[in-house]
Formats: sequence, C-alpha cells, structure tokens
Amino acid sequence: MAEPASDILDLADGDAAALITTVERTYDNLEILRVNMGPQHPSTHGVLRVVLDLDGERVVRLRPVIGYLHSGKEKIAETKTYHQFIPYTDRIDYLAPMAYNTGYVMTVEKLLGIEVTERCAWLRTILCEMARISSHIVFYATHALELGATSPFMYGFRDRELLYDLFEEIAGARFTVSYMRIGGVRRDATDDWLAGVRKFCDYFPRALDEYEALLTQNEIFLQRTWNIGRISGDEAIALGLSGPSLRASGVAWDIRKSHPYLWYDQIEWNMAVEDAGDCYARYLVRMREMRESLRIIRQCLDRVPKGPVNIDNPKVMLPRREELRHSMEALIHHFLLVSEGFWPPAGEVYHAIEAPKGELGFYLVSDGTPKAYRLKIRAPSFCNLQSLDRMCRGALLADVVAIIGSLDIVMGDVDR
Amino acid sequence: MATLDTIERLVRERFGAGVEETACFRGELTVRVSPDAIVEVARFLRDHPALRFNYLSDLTAVDYLHLGRAVRFDVVYHLLSLEYYHRLRVKVAVPELPGRTPSVVAVWPAADAHEREVFDMFGIVFDGHPALERILMPDDWEGHPLRKDFPIGGARSFYFKRDSQPWAGEPAGLVPRIRLNDSDV
Repeated sequence: MAEPASDILDLADGDAAALITTVERTYDNLEILRVNMGPQHPSTHGVLRVVLDLDGERVVRLRPVIGYLHSGKEKIAETKTYHQFIPYTDRIDYLAPMAYNTGYVMTVEKLLGIEVTERCAWLRTILCEMARISSHIVFYATHALELGATSPFMYGFRDRELLYDLFEEIAGARFTVSYMRIGGVRRDATDDWLAGVRKFCDYFPRALDEYEALLTQNEIFLQRTWNIGRISGDEAIALGLSGPSLRASGVAWDIRKSHPYLWYDQIEWNMAVEDAGDCYARYLVRMREMRESLRIIRQCLDRVPKGPVNIDNPKVMLPRREELRHSMEALIHHFLLVSEGFWPPAGEVYHAIEAPKGELGFYLVSDGTPKAYRLKIRAPSFCNLQSLDRMCRGALLADVVAIIGSLDIVMGDVDR
Repeated sequence: MATLDTIERLVRERFGAGVEETACFRGELTVRVSPDAIVEVARFLRDHPALRFNYLSDLTAVDYLHLGRAVRFDVVYHLLSLEYYHRLRVKVAVPELPGRTPSVVAVWPAADAHEREVFDMFGIVFDGHPALERILMPDDWEGHPLRKDFPIGGARSFYFKRDSQPWAGEPAGLVPRIRLNDSDV
C-alpha cells in the first residue's frame, strides 16, 4: 500500500507506479478474493463496474471498468458543424448541461476570436452557477440515499425541480437544455425569469439549512463518511483529481479564481476548501459551494445590464426568427449557417472551465472547414475516477459505495 | 505566473534542438518536441522551479491523415501548474508505423487512463505504460475508432445472437444499418 507522498515534486517513479490502478496483480496471500461490482448496481451512479480485490472485508485494490456508456461523441463532433454539436454537449454530464454548453461554445468562440455581449456573459454566469447547484443537489440526494438515508433524496429532488422549472422557462427543456449558442444564447431572459431566479435565491438558503440539519451533524452519516476514503493533496494532484474533490484535499485550486472567465473576477466570492481529504470533507466542500453559488447568482442578478444578448455577427450567430419573415439577408445567412455552417480560422485551442465536477476542457483542432477536425473532451469525471483506487485502498467494502458517491461521477461524463 | 516567452525561452535553453517548433495561437503556447526527448522534457517541465507543471490536464492525440502531413499522429499534452497557474501544450509527432511513443505515466500518474484511451482510440502504443489495455471499447474490438480512416458507422455491424457466440460480427453491408452521411464513411 502506498504511503502518502510528502511532496509531489519528490514523487519518485516507483511511487508513481504505486498509484497506478490498471496493473494486473497477483498475490502471495491466497486469501485475496476478487469480487465484481456492477455495472448494474444501484449505487454506482449509472453503469460503473469495479473489480475489487478483497482481503476479508478490506479493499486491497480497486480497478474501475468503464465504457458501458461510450457513445463516441468525439467522433460525432468530427461529422457535425459547430452549431450542430451543441445538443451533444448536454448529454456528456446530463446533470449540468448548462455548464457543458457554456464550456463548448466558449471554446468555439475562442477559436473564432469573438467576444460575447456583456449581458450574455452575465446570463451565462448565472446559468453555470445554477447548473452547479443542481448538480450538487443530486450529489447530496444520491450520496445520502446510498448511505441509507431516504429523506435527503426527497428534499433534494424537490428543490432541484425548482431549478429545472427555471431552465424549462428559459430554454424550453428541463434536462437537455441546448441553451447556449456560439456568440450568444438561444433566447434572452425576461425580467420575470430573473425575478424567478431571485425568488429561488431567497428560498434556497432555508432548504440548504434543512439539508445540513439532516446530514452535517448526523452521527450515522459521520460514521459512514468521516475519515473514510482519504487522499492527500499531492496524490490528488498527481492523479489528476480536480474540482470539489480536489479542494477537499486542501488544494486551493478553482478555475474560476485561477483563470477567471465570464464575470467571475468581477464578483466577490470565496473558494470552499477543506483539508481532510475524506468523504466528509468532499461533502462539506459541495455544501459550501452551493451557498457561494447563491452569492454569485445574487450579485449577477444585481448587475445584469439591459442590452443585446447576442453578438451582431450574422456570419456566426443565427438570425432571430422574426427577421426571417422580412429580411432577405437574414434568410440567406440562416440558410448558409444551417446547411453549411461557418468557416473558422485554422488552428487549435484548449479552453477549460470549472464545471460542477471539476476541470472541463475542450481541445478543438480546426482545419478551417465548418466541421471540427478533432474535438477532445477533457471530462472531469473520467479523470477523477482515477483517484478511486487510492481512496478505496484499505477501506471496507461497504465504504466503497460511500467513496464512489463522494467522488460524484457521472457515467455520461466518464465514457462520453 | 511565468509569461509564455519565459516558458518558451527556458525550454529552448534546456533542450535546444530537441524543441522542433513553437507556436502561439489565441494566447496559448504550443511546444513541439522530438519524440525521444518527451520523458526528459516532461520531467524538466514538472520539476523546474520557475515552471512546475505538476498537473497533467489532458493527454490526447490527433490523426492528421486527411491533412496530408508526413507524420500521421500527434500526441498532445496539456499541462498546468497548480503553483503558477500557467498552461502549456506539448506535442510529439508519432508516425503510423511503428506508432510508438514513450509513456509519461512515471512523471504524471494521471496519464494512465489518458494513455489507455489514446491507445484504444488511435492505436498508439505507449512504451513503459504498466498495463496498456482498451478502456472504453470492448476488449475484443477491432480497429481504433478515432482514426480518420475508421468509418463513422462502424467497420462492422454488431448484434446479439442466441447461439454460443454472444458477440458476433459480420462484415458491413450484409445487415441494414444507418449511415449518417455517406461522405463521412
């Protein structure tokens, strides 16, 4: 069993090898039992399969087996125009489609070298934070459910529905919103909608208090999560952990702070960091992040300016529906954008945003034609899953469920 | 945060001819290094006190078959320093044959799953990887889906049969199947 390395920079090659999970191992101890768990298991968040080597009830090693939800989105991206790929980004992490929409369109905008309007950036900030809250609510609800508490699940899904009503109102769909557009958004937010968001912000802190009253000091919950599944900050960095799970190991890294995008540098908010690196710390970080997200949304609502929401660039942005009725140019642009797409410059960009689950990056290679030559999706869940083995080693079999839950992975995001 | 110029200068000073090309596009620095040097470069980038690229954000590959390049693949590393918050893209060219490049798992353990994915999708072999197996596709899959000459509809049609062979494939064309776009096949 690997001891925590004291400093990543001194991590010798031998230590690095100890962190790798894929190596097939044989044991001198014949008592080691290899057990399969999943892919059809209610507490593996979809179709995750893990192969466990057990010494009694202790986990000696865990190997994730993935790919059951692989749908080849990166290959699909090579056959679609840039606009056409937006709906596919909804389905990567289907619990936070707004964030994935945003990450993708911002990457294409970076390639094109265009800036969105001020109002659009504020709206995107609001929606990304709403996505974060809805994703963390699902974490809270399912994590508690897996540990045997059914009430949090009901509480969580009750409140997530409020967010989904707001998504439905602005985008037309609860789940797969496809709301962002390259150069703007699908439809401007109305004042009523903004008032609805504010109403949610006024309501939700009370719900969060309820959540915390149910779990934060709950003795059973503490026994199941406190000091379980520990990982040190150095190991987490070496294994490529990101997002709330990394911040729970004492690494103060959040892309919203380190590489601010949208308006995150204009807003006052704090990064949630915990030092323990166990399941409980990962829970605490997410609970605090929800409160910070509310704080961000409130400030955004105060500052959303009036004005155009989409850029005035008919070569990239689809024209408004009303214009098609009387404008010849709009019709031509619409026809060209839909049938052919736009021609970006040749080049390559990588853009990362802080999605609810960690660093979400899109690496886009363009050969100057209307279809991406290559699109790589750096999915946070895929990378975070690598830490699972380290967290589970030495833990009890029953704790594996708690640790998988605390890592908050989504299989659509893992397999893409 | 070291500026892109500083990063470029430090890498060039240390490796000289090992750096084949540098490019800057949209504020992102790309350094192309010679394939033999990659592990050494990786360790230098991770350990240099002014660079400290201790976090491997992403590792992937690009197939340049349709762009008429002499060397078919690029393996692309996206690095990040959690100390200085600067980013860097490192590239290595990998010819189709023999299609091998050294593994950086020993430098960044996070490369483990990424290198398996690149092997799975492109068929590039990473020398020194502890267990290079398919990760997303089934173990008995033929071909590498993200290669440009792999058809979008799949090279074979797969369906489940009731006989002893549960996972049987037949050559494409015998079974009706949906093609997205003939020009893409």
